[in-house]
Amino acid sequence: MSEVGTEVKILVIDEQEVSAHAGQTILEVARENDIHIPTLCYLEGLSNVGACRLCLVEIKGSSKLTPACVTTVQEGMEVSTNSERLTRHRRTILELLFAERNHICSVCVANGHCELQSLGQELGLTHVRLPYRNPDLPVDASHERFTADHNRCILCTRCVRVCAEIEGAHVWDVMGRGVNCTIITDLHEEWGKSTCTRCGKCVQVCPTGALFDKSKIGSEHPKYPDFLPFLNMMREAQ
Amino acid sequence: MSKLKLATVWLDGCSGCHMSFLDMDERLLELAEVADLVYSPLVDAKEFPEEVDIALVEGAVASVDDEKKIKKIRDHSKTLVAMGDCAITGNVPSMRNSIGPEAILDRAYIENVSAQPQIPCIVVPKLLKVVRPIHQFVKVDVFLPGCPPSADTFYTAIKALVNGGPLDISALTRFGA
Repeated sequence: MSEVGTEVKILVIDEQEVSAHAGQTILEVARENDIHIPTLCYLEGLSNVGACRLCLVEIKGSSKLTPACVTTVQEGMEVSTNSERLTRHRRTILELLFAERNHICSVCVANGHCELQSLGQELGLTHVRLPYRNPDLPVDASHERFTADHNRCILCTRCVRVCAEIEGAHVWDVMGRGVNCTIITDLHEEWGKSTCTRCGKCVQVCPTGALFDKSKIGSEHPKYPDFLPFLNMMREAQ
Repeated sequence: MSKLKLATVWLDGCSGCHMSFLDMDERLLELAEVADLVYSPLVDAKEFPEEVDIALVEGAVASVDDEKKIKKIRDHSKTLVAMGDCAITGNVPSMRNSIGPEAILDRAYIENVSAQPQIPCIVVPKLLKVVRPIHQFVKVDVFLPGCPPSADTFYTAIKALVNGGPLDISALTRFGA
């Protein structure tokens, strides 16, 4: 969440004039005005990391693409959230995600409730042009309530952030570099032997079938990450 | 106008796509008015015909035989449709990719067998190291994801292909649908 000031900025998003508070991000302002920008790692209520790059937008006067979730608004900014170029980049990002690990939608616990899957559909992704990597990845079922299936992880770090920022436990973290990155519990202990508080927030915010509730195994596992902004609101009110 | 020549092919898949194709039910009669099914696991033809207008291919490429077939199908088809997730992503058959064919065959034919454990090598084709989607071997014209694509998806898509109308795949189906 960004520090929001009282100063008002006027900018243009998709040829629509909008007003924003200084310090707000392009993504926040776009959502307030019902302008849709696709996201994966972003989640209302968590800090923004700009990891997935799906929210890339074009800003007039800049040849670079800019992530809307970590860019604050400027007076007179002209933003475009949709173009052939952006769609091409976003689709390629999804293809890279699908190719990197083993996303077998048909047998995934999150089939039908997966943000990666539905974004693929939304952006018209009908196949992946890149060769699949088919890595050999573990499934950690040591926890009595939850399972971590690294085959489905897209490294959005929502679990890491919700555990550290909201639950205050910081059990989840990221280990390794590049393609060998993986989420770990504690210092790479089994989840079941970690200092996990069993709150389940990470499962609810996970956009794919990487973290799931064992009692929900099957294909009916909707997730409810929308509790986060309310939780924050209640805490701030206290 | 002569009827279109339609073929359906079954590579490494479960035949679920073909079952879903049959689920078009009475709409198959409508399809039969404009197209002849010239080659398919559902009909008797043994050889892939010289000229096919639309070929629907179910399944991934998993063996040397699949690889040979898909190349032949491409050479003799005007429009090649990748039908279902196995043909498009590798799907369930590709789950063996990180394990390798030797370990899989060993588990199935040696480890878990009490009578005459042996890996079949006569008649059955050799497995490829990894299972891959068909578009990694040949050019694919239309991708129809789903596991399986629904009968409605088949109907809408085939109708659009036959009539040459617009086809918005993502409005119909998705991976794992």
